[in-house]
Amino acid sequence: MRRLDLRDGRIDLTHGSGGRAMAQLIDELFASRLDNAFLRQGNDGAVLPFPPGRLVLATDAHVVSPLFFPGGDIGCLAVHGTINDVAVMGATPLYLTASFVIEEGFALRDLARIVDSMARAVSDAGVPVVCGDTKVVGRGQADGLYIGTTGAGVVDEGAAWSGDRAQPGDRIIVSGSIGEHGMAIMAQREGLGFVAPIVSDTAALHGLTAAMRASGAAIRVVRDPTRGGLATTLNEIARQSAVGMVIDERSLPIQPEVAAACEFLGLDPLYVANEGKLLAIVAAGDAERLLAAMRAHPLGRRAALIGSVHRDDHHFVQMTTALGGRRIVDWLTGEQLPRIC
Amino acid sequence: MRYIDEFRDGQLAARLAAAIRLAARTDRTYRFMEFCGGHTHAIARYGVADLLPGEVRLIHGPGCPVCVLPVGRIDMAIRLVSDAGVILCSYGDVLRVPASNGLSLLRVRARPAGNGPRGEVRMVYSAADSLAIAQQNPDRQIVFLAIGFETTTPPTAVVIREAAHLGLTNFSVLCCHVLTPSAIASILEAPEVRQWGSVPIDGFIGPAHVSTIIGTRPYEFFADEYRKPVVIAGFEPLDVMQAILMLIRQVNAGRAVVENEFARAVSREGNRKAQELVASVFELRRSFAWRGLGELPYSALRMRSRFADFDAERRFAISYQAVADHPACECGAILRGVKRPEECRIFGSACTPENPVGSCMVSPEGACAAHYSFGRFREAAVTT
Repeated sequence: MRRLDLRDGRIDLTHGSGGRAMAQLIDELFASRLDNAFLRQGNDGAVLPFPPGRLVLATDAHVVSPLFFPGGDIGCLAVHGTINDVAVMGATPLYLTASFVIEEGFALRDLARIVDSMARAVSDAGVPVVCGDTKVVGRGQADGLYIGTTGAGVVDEGAAWSGDRAQPGDRIIVSGSIGEHGMAIMAQREGLGFVAPIVSDTAALHGLTAAMRASGAAIRVVRDPTRGGLATTLNEIARQSAVGMVIDERSLPIQPEVAAACEFLGLDPLYVANEGKLLAIVAAGDAERLLAAMRAHPLGRRAALIGSVHRDDHHFVQMTTALGGRRIVDWLTGEQLPRIC
Repeated sequence: MRYIDEFRDGQLAARLAAAIRLAARTDRTYRFMEFCGGHTHAIARYGVADLLPGEVRLIHGPGCPVCVLPVGRIDMAIRLVSDAGVILCSYGDVLRVPASNGLSLLRVRARPAGNGPRGEVRMVYSAADSLAIAQQNPDRQIVFLAIGFETTTPPTAVVIREAAHLGLTNFSVLCCHVLTPSAIASILEAPEVRQWGSVPIDGFIGPAHVSTIIGTRPYEFFADEYRKPVVIAGFEPLDVMQAILMLIRQVNAGRAVVENEFARAVSREGNRKAQELVASVFELRRSFAWRGLGELPYSALRMRSRFADFDAERRFAISYQAVADHPACECGAILRGVKRPEECRIFGSACTPENPVGSCMVSPEGACAAHYSFGRFREAAVTT
């Protein structure tokens, strides 16, 4: 059998039929790149060693368009996103699974590039892809490529962070400047040529969360503000914990080019997605200690204290504006950005 | 951001707030209507009301193009999709406006294909996008649902002329462009304002972007005839505060003239080129139905006869049929400044941005949506 033509070849329906073409695609394109001892067993499932503690599972479907964007692509995004979902539970991510829905006609060259990017991301993160699946659908039945990933991790008994633990008086910290992933995608999609291109912040955050755990601070909640941005995540936590929050607009870290692009497109950076940032809620007395630990980590250098948790029966998230007024930071209505993560 | 941050500066705002407190007499109230949804949005988003003394009340006006679109106009667009099978293009907010029979353009878009002609609804960012769709789909009829005040009319005029120039036979416009001065006149002529005095309006914060096109001259009539001061203001929060200060000073001095706070973009004559462009394509409609304000004479535009081929109403022989608003919905009274959003019985309960009953809850510039999204905590008892 001839090797896959990674220069000009395209996915066709035989790649999903269960025959030799499919086996070849898996061997030459996926297994070779994502190689590890578990994957090499070639079974339908992986049999895995597991340390003592509680199992944490998270799963995510990735449907980003465009597939390639400044700072990353759907491949590394699918790895980072799921690792982060495990990490913000306070857990150490151990394993990933990946499934691919590929549209007939998809260029093998692009697929190889994406799987290469995934391979780099899993190797950097030290979290292997231990099993996977591919499906091919007819032309027009998918937008190029969708990737689903599931992550498994371990957390010490009773040590998990959870969205229902915020308490009045707690402080709110964000790990860095907001809105970069969403605006990188939006700028690319709209063909906006900014002088300084906005680069997605996509990154695996389990190193940062490990450093946060090690600080010993009384952390209540950690979450990654992806789709719907910071505003949505704050509202989710306020509802889960049955509290209100007040944040200060002036303390929000936002890069000038992101602020400018949002202004240009009429978007509010509070609602724009992040893929390498996290939000932490911590006991007031430990806020400075946690902030210092986060700032000492490369992915938390611009961490900032942005607000506090209050008692509020309406569970409103409010903001003191830079102008000096007060307003609600509400749930997003409708769709600010279509399909970005 | 240069030229933006300066107009949102907290320290300057505090100084302006102090000047407003100093200027405002404590033995009276000042009720100013901000005409535009852009102002309504800025006031809510930046919390401008928190910086004003209790004597100054802001009344939201009807200047939100999505809000003033009557149900019957959306129904026309839906008929074009369902019956004529066109590709209907419009802005995102328009798609969410509730129409008859529990429909909206967004719901029509989600409907599975039936046996009839397969119409489509597409969201566009500009009139030019819909023209491009027409060029890409020569075998389909494309209709652009054009809404807006004078600011968005010139771009619609451009695409109609472009379509004529290209000789496109598959592109037309369902024109719902309306005129600001007509709406202001309607509010000032309303019995609540003119006869009963139940809605005292002491002055207007005049439109920003609309005025870049039409200039400040059209407002001079209102200042003269109705003795109401008008200050044209930009859409940034400090613009609004400066305009409020200027209005208070006029009221205190017993003056009623047009002043221009937004001099960095607006002149007395406006944008002549845009005005000529609009006049070359559009003519006045004899009458047009507005939500909340009713039928207003000479308050909207339609295509001149030489561009009749591009008029969707004529091409598809459809006409406007009035439809009653939801009986509990107070959008009409809210658009006239007679009621505040929180005085509507269904505000925040049956009517929310996720499930809007009335148009004021749809657009982020609508009075109800702005109040719901940014300001409703004011009614809530909050313990901190």
